[in-house]
Formats: sequence, C-alpha cells, structure tokens
Amino acid sequence: MKFGVVIFPGSNCEHDCYYVVESVIGQPVEFIWHQDTSVKGFDAVILPGGFAYGDYLRTGALAKFSPVMKAIGDFAKQGGLVFGICNGFQILAEAGLLPGALLRNVGLKYVCKFLHLRTETTDTPYSNILKKNQLLRIPVGHGDGNYFADPETLKRIEDNGQVVFRYATASGEITPEANPNGSLHNIAGIVNEQRNVLGMMPHPDRSSESLLGSADGKLIFESMVNALVRAG
Amino acid sequence: MVSEELLTQHNLTESEYQKIVDILKRQPTLTELGIFSVMWSEHCSYKSSRVHLRRLPTRGPAVLQGPGENAGIIDIGDGLAVAFKIESHNHPSFIEPFQGAATGVGGILRDIFTMGARPIAAMNSLRFGPLHKQQNKRILEGVVGGIAFYGNCFGVPTVGGEIYFADCYSQNPLVNAFALGIFEKDKIFYGRAHGVGNPVIYVGAKTGRDGIHGATMASAGFGEDAGAKRPNVQIGDPFMEKLLLEACLEAMQKGLIVGIQDMGAAGLTCSSCEMGARAGTGVELELDDVPQRESEMTAYEIMPNKKKEKEVFDVFHKWGLDVVTVGRVTDDGLLRVRQHGKVVAEIPNGALADDAPLYQRPLLPPKSIISSRLEHYSFLDGCEPAMIESFLSANPDCSRLLKLAVSSPNLACRQWVWEQYDHMVQSNTMVGPGSDAAVVRVKGTKKALAMTLDGPAYRVARHPREGAKLAVAESCRNIVCAGGRPIAATNCLNFGNPEHPEVMWQFSEVVDGMSEACNFFGTPITGGNVSFYNETFGDDIYPTPVLGMVGLIEDLSLVTRSAFQDSGDSIVFVETVNRLVGRIDLEDERAIQNFISSAIRDRLVKSAHDISEGGLAVALAECCYSNFQRGAIGAEVRVPSHLELVKDLFGEFATGVLLSTIHAAELCRRAEQVGLKSYDLGKVGGNRLILNYEGERAVDIAMDELESAWRQGLPKLLS
Repeated sequence: MKFGVVIFPGSNCEHDCYYVVESVIGQPVEFIWHQDTSVKGFDAVILPGGFAYGDYLRTGALAKFSPVMKAIGDFAKQGGLVFGICNGFQILAEAGLLPGALLRNVGLKYVCKFLHLRTETTDTPYSNILKKNQLLRIPVGHGDGNYFADPETLKRIEDNGQVVFRYATASGEITPEANPNGSLHNIAGIVNEQRNVLGMMPHPDRSSESLLGSADGKLIFESMVNALVRAG
Repeated sequence: MVSEELLTQHNLTESEYQKIVDILKRQPTLTELGIFSVMWSEHCSYKSSRVHLRRLPTRGPAVLQGPGENAGIIDIGDGLAVAFKIESHNHPSFIEPFQGAATGVGGILRDIFTMGARPIAAMNSLRFGPLHKQQNKRILEGVVGGIAFYGNCFGVPTVGGEIYFADCYSQNPLVNAFALGIFEKDKIFYGRAHGVGNPVIYVGAKTGRDGIHGATMASAGFGEDAGAKRPNVQIGDPFMEKLLLEACLEAMQKGLIVGIQDMGAAGLTCSSCEMGARAGTGVELELDDVPQRESEMTAYEIMPNKKKEKEVFDVFHKWGLDVVTVGRVTDDGLLRVRQHGKVVAEIPNGALADDAPLYQRPLLPPKSIISSRLEHYSFLDGCEPAMIESFLSANPDCSRLLKLAVSSPNLACRQWVWEQYDHMVQSNTMVGPGSDAAVVRVKGTKKALAMTLDGPAYRVARHPREGAKLAVAESCRNIVCAGGRPIAATNCLNFGNPEHPEVMWQFSEVVDGMSEACNFFGTPITGGNVSFYNETFGDDIYPTPVLGMVGLIEDLSLVTRSAFQDSGDSIVFVETVNRLVGRIDLEDERAIQNFISSAIRDRLVKSAHDISEGGLAVALAECCYSNFQRGAIGAEVRVPSHLELVKDLFGEFATGVLLSTIHAAELCRRAEQVGLKSYDLGKVGGNRLILNYEGERAVDIAMDELESAWRQGLPKLLS
C-alpha cells in the first residue's frame, strides 16, 4: 500500500498530509511533483491544501493544467483513491473530477476554526469505519469554501448519497449557524459517482492527533487504509 | 557641492554629506548618493540607537547567534536550533494598510528562511487608534487582511499576538511582525559573501518602482503628504515568496549556497555591501543584468530597491523562478556598480556598512507624562470618553463593570481577527491565539516551543524603565504559565522622533530597564529592530517596546493552558506580598515564576493564567471563556475580605496568577513556603461567574451573557 501526496507550486499542507500518513497511521508515503506524468505504483493520491499558483486566478484554475492532473484523472477513472483536502478539493472540482464549484465564503473573509461535521454516508472508502450521523471535530481554513452546484447537480448528488460530510452544530443539527462559508445544504465534503474521489474543505490532516485538539480526522485516513486492505 | 534640496530628498544632513566626501575622497555620483541615503538611513544604520543598544545583553548559553545577522538563533537541543526575530512595518502600514502589513510579514519570513530555517510560526503585535474613529477601523481591517493574505498563502501559522488601542496611534499605527523558524543546528546559513570569484545571483520578482526608497520612508515622520507616499509601499507576493522559500531551502540542503542575504528595505545595494562587509570582501554588480519591471528605470532607481533573494539556477528554475547572475565577489573590499559599461558607484563596503554615522543624541526627561488617571485601569485607554467616565464613576455594580470591561476595545475577544489567520497550518499548533502564550510542538521530539509578544505601552509611557522591566517579566511569566522555560527574546523598539530629546530619553530608559530585566531572568536579546520617527504632525507615539519571548517546553505533557479545564477543580490565586501596579519587583517575580514552574513540573496545575489588564475579575472571566475547545465554563469564588471591591477586582496588580488544580492545599502550602500569598478562591463549574464578597454576590452573571459581551465587543466596534 502506498500513498502519494502531490506538491503543486504553492501547496502548503503537503508536509502535514505526509506526516499523518507516515507517522500517525504508519503507511508508506511519497511526494508526487506536479510535473510528473504518472502516478503508477500509488494506491491513493492526496491533493493537499494550500494556494496552488497563489490562487491569484480562481482557486484551482491553474493547477488543473499541471501535467500530473491528467495522470490523476486516469487513475481516478480506474478506481484509484483520490482525496482532495481544501485547495485539493478546489482543484478536483475545477478539473471536473468532482461536481460543483467552491465559491468565495459568504462572509468574504478567510475563516480558520474548529467545527463539527456530520457523517452523511458510510458507503465510501473514506468513511467506512465511521457511523452514520457520527460527529467529527475537524477545523477549516479557507477563503473559498462555499460549495455551489446547479439545482439539478445538487439533486443528483443528494439522491446518490454523494454528500459525505455536512457542517453541523455540536449536537449534530444542520443549521445556518453551523455553516462557516455559505455552502449549499451545508456541504463540507462530497464523493464522485464512483465514490473513489473525495473532496472536503475541512482539514483532517490538522486533526489526527489529540494534542492538536482532535484526533477525529484520523478516522478518515484509517477508512482509506481499511478500503485498500479490503480491495487487496 | 550638491544642492540642499537633493540632500533633503535623500534624508542626508550636510555633515553626513561631508562624511561621504571624506570616505570617497571625491563627490559622490547620484547613484552613490542614493546608496548612502539608504544605508545610512535610521532604518538601516541604527545611527541614533546603536550607542544604546550596546547595553542590551545578547549572549547566553543557548545563544548560537546574536544581533547582526538576519535573525537571532538559539539551541533547543536534539541537534535543533530556532531562528526568530520581530520587525516593524509601521510606516508602510499607515500609508497602505493591506500591502504594508502583508509585506511586513513577508520581510520577517525572509529573514528567517534565508538563514536556512523553515518558518513554523508567526505572530504580530498591532497598535491602532481608537475604533470610534472611522479611519482607524479601515486601517485595522486592512492590516488584518494583509497579514492574513500573506501568512495564509505562504503557509505559516499565525499563532498569536496582541492588539491595543490608544489615541497616539491614530495617525501612526504599529505593525510588528514576528516569525520563528526551525532547522538543524549544523545547517545554519549566514549573510556573508565568501569566496572571491563566486557569482552573485539574483532571484525573484523583477525589481519595480513600487518598493523604491522604502527604507528612507521608514526614517521620516508623516505630515500631510502621507498619501503621496503610497507608491513607496511594496506589493506583496506571498506565492512568489513561498516558491523562494522552497527553492532556497532545497538549494541549501544541496549545499549549493555560500552566503545568502535577505534583500530587506534597502534591496540589492544593502544586501550586497552587508554581505561583503561581513566577509571582508568586495562585490561587483552589473546593473544591466538586474531584471527590471519597467525598462526606462535608471540605475539610481534600481539600487536601493526592496528585493528578494538570489540562488542557484536549476533549483530555482524547478520552482519556476527568475534567476540571473548580476555580479561577483571580489577581493578589493569595494562595492562596485557598473551600468552601460561604466562604473556608476564605487564605495568601500566597510564604510557603507560600518562607518555609518553614530549619534549620541541629547536626552531629556519629559516635562510632563501622561496622566495617572488610568493607572489602575490602563485597559480603559483608547475607550470612548463616555465609557471611561461610566467605568470610573463610583458605580459599585461589579457585574455591570465586568461586562463593560470585557467588551472594551483592549480586552474584547480577538477572534474576529485571528479567525482570519490560518493558525493551524503545518499541524503543530497545540495552543493557538487567545492564550497567554502560543505553543507549537516540535515534530520528531517530545518538546514544544512557547512564544509570546508583550508591549505594555501605557505602562512604558507612564514610566519607561519600569514599563520595560514589566514587559520582560510578563512575557517570561506567560512562557512559564504555558509550561515553558524562557530562553531568549527579540525586541521591536517603536518610538517617536529621535531628534526629540524626550524620545531619546525614553529610549535610553527602556533599554536600561530591558537590560536589567533580561540580565536578571537570563533571557538575552538576540536581535530585533528599532523604529523611530513614529510621529505625525509632531506628536510622538507612546514609547512602545514590544518584546517577543521564546521558551522551551521540555515535554509535551507539560503544556499548560490559561483556560479552566474541568468542572470541580479548585481555583487558587497566588500573588507576591508586595502588590504593585504597573511595575514589578524582580526578586518577587522570580519567586512567583519559580513557584509556577515547579507546580507545573510536578503536575499540580491544570491551568495557569497571569493577571494583567483588567485585574483579577477579568482574569477570572478569561479563564472561564477562553477555552475554545470545549466552550465556556462557569466558576464560583470568594473574594478575600481584605480586598477592596472595584479597586482590587479590576485594578491591574501585575503580581499575581490564577491556577486551577485538584491539589489546592498542596499548592497553597508550597506558595507559603516560598513567601508568596495564596488563596483557595473557589471552584470551576456551573454556567455562571459568581464572585462572593462579604456574604454578598458582588458579581453574578450568566456565562452566556458575559461571553457574548466579550465576543461581540470587537465586531460591534467594527460594524
């Protein structure tokens, strides 16, 4: 089993993801340079948070042209696990590997804080050891995390159970107050139709050890290991 | 002889001009005049402050590098070292708050990574005029936005800081940025141009007009033309700097670099001659090879420009950066600049860097100091006058006073600010903003680093020497309360016009106070920055030294927070026998710090919070609601009957600490053993904060209500 963490120019959570995989869940991991044209040999690929290309244009708009994105697209088509966190989610949405788009936060400001996520489905390689409605305490840190999709797409991903996490209150309710950025339906994370590509704005990489305030994020990485073990 | 007007433009005096002629043994060219102007500016040369700064302690067992390099360095064991420094970006931040603050963060990060260290934490200390004035809101929002823009994109967590408001900062806000980086201690890089014949390489953004003469601007006060100086503020590019960081660290790891120098306020000139002077070499630059954003720029304009780093081609190209060779190291000790085949400047490196003018400016104690009216309640400084009156009017309703205090500008929750900063990136933040000290763990070890900024300007304005000692003591205590041992500090000395003898007297007093306390606590100053000319229309700001203290926590399990942790815990108040406001007794301070340290080490303490602005009552409230992880928790305490209600509850006796514990009796016994007074005040728990006094409820307020007053304080002022 081998994890890969992609480095785009301007990524800044690549070491955080690498650390969690190597030191917290104890799995082999290597960096993947954005100009690489193959992801052969990897079982799961993580697109970390950061500001690829400075996000000076639209978030993810330049990163999707990095050579590695074609390889990752092919890898995803073949069922490989592709996990985008924060800026990684924005890039996956921009590249069309996930439906919808991430708009500017409704508050127009960057927001960094711990909050709660409610698990909406356990039928994904990223949530298979969670329980439905399980609450996770995981922080966000973004300026463009406002999930948007046209009504038809939104209905489709809801009907298919593609919404994996929603922003919730500490008691598990889905309310406007719990929503940090204005995302439709409080959506914090979604998978593609094949369920092997996950994008989420919150940072499990910052909440996988209790000394950082929460170890809930680890459950997502452990679900991935679980899925890969089951897949043999 | 050059015209008076030309000298004024360059901020050079006639005697300084004469000195230039003596050094060169001829008249300077226009290019040379520009170089001297920048290198001999107050900002670069410390010409008014150097005679005083020599009195600061700079050595200690853990110090690997003191002042004189890009940043100070301390040894933290395990083969690791930490580089850290604080620097001001006050003037640019007034002219253009967003970009001024952003590039201030950029500058201090460069200071750290050009030494080979990866920045792992940033903090900032900010001062603004009162928020009931519209312009100050705009400046605050711009500054906070700029810091967030830069730090978040660069990927360094902004883990703490402080913000205070007072009238004197209305036209002259202060933006002091701190950064700390970590590296292996045998991989330190210095800004030295060694090796005759080595190329001098220039990397980064192309030099443009937007940053020219930033250093000379930082060395003059503001009048009505402040707006006209906007083009002097550099435009920040955190993405570019992030690439530079990665490329520099990679080139250093690969051993490709001999010396490296941040191109700070003075750009290419400053960095070249500093590198040459330190190594005793010369540097020859070919200006035609320096990339320019605007082709019609003259040599003179390029020379003193803010600029970035230089390094080795392959690595930099891999990271998508521009890189050119613009010169080489020579053996003649001269900074030589060529353009269009001609030598346009030729100056002895040593003269530029080391023979800068040195002024022993006159000192004079001021005839009057700020009023003592707020001596006990300095937090009220910067409040609307009506609010101050309301607080000071003999109203004994302490619940109401407490609500008023916690929603006041200087005490209200800063969450509105720090939620905009990424304070968690790099996944090391154990204690983030909103505690006495920030704590980041050191991956690969069981250690953590604690850091704090402290600048009690009101206290320093009242009594510069005592205020400076207080700053050192409080910052050390903050580190101790977090479970750490203070090791070393960096200082940012923000003052008014050094040509005012009263300002120089304040400066000298502050240096003496800081020296005394730093010597006493064994916390040398490893570097920092002086910012003079913080004045507008002739009015000087408060003398505002800001201290950045760094400490080591030997074991992650010792990390202690300021917020109450668990219901049912006892609340113990410990203080020195001498109760002082606005100053401390050094011996007493040592006693209380040693007491806290050993109590934490022996695992007797669950939380520790020092009493500061707003006194005992506000400190209690902060312990209740600053637990961002779990949410607020209540407490019920008994105020000792020998205390006076308003004066002792809100008075800023800077000599006490609040601890929560399940070992109250043991703590009190230990406190008494070392000559401290201690009181078992009551218990953590419930959803109200209740202060009983002589059988009555002096304060009885729902935590929801109190917390909301505290949280809404700043957003309300900004709306």
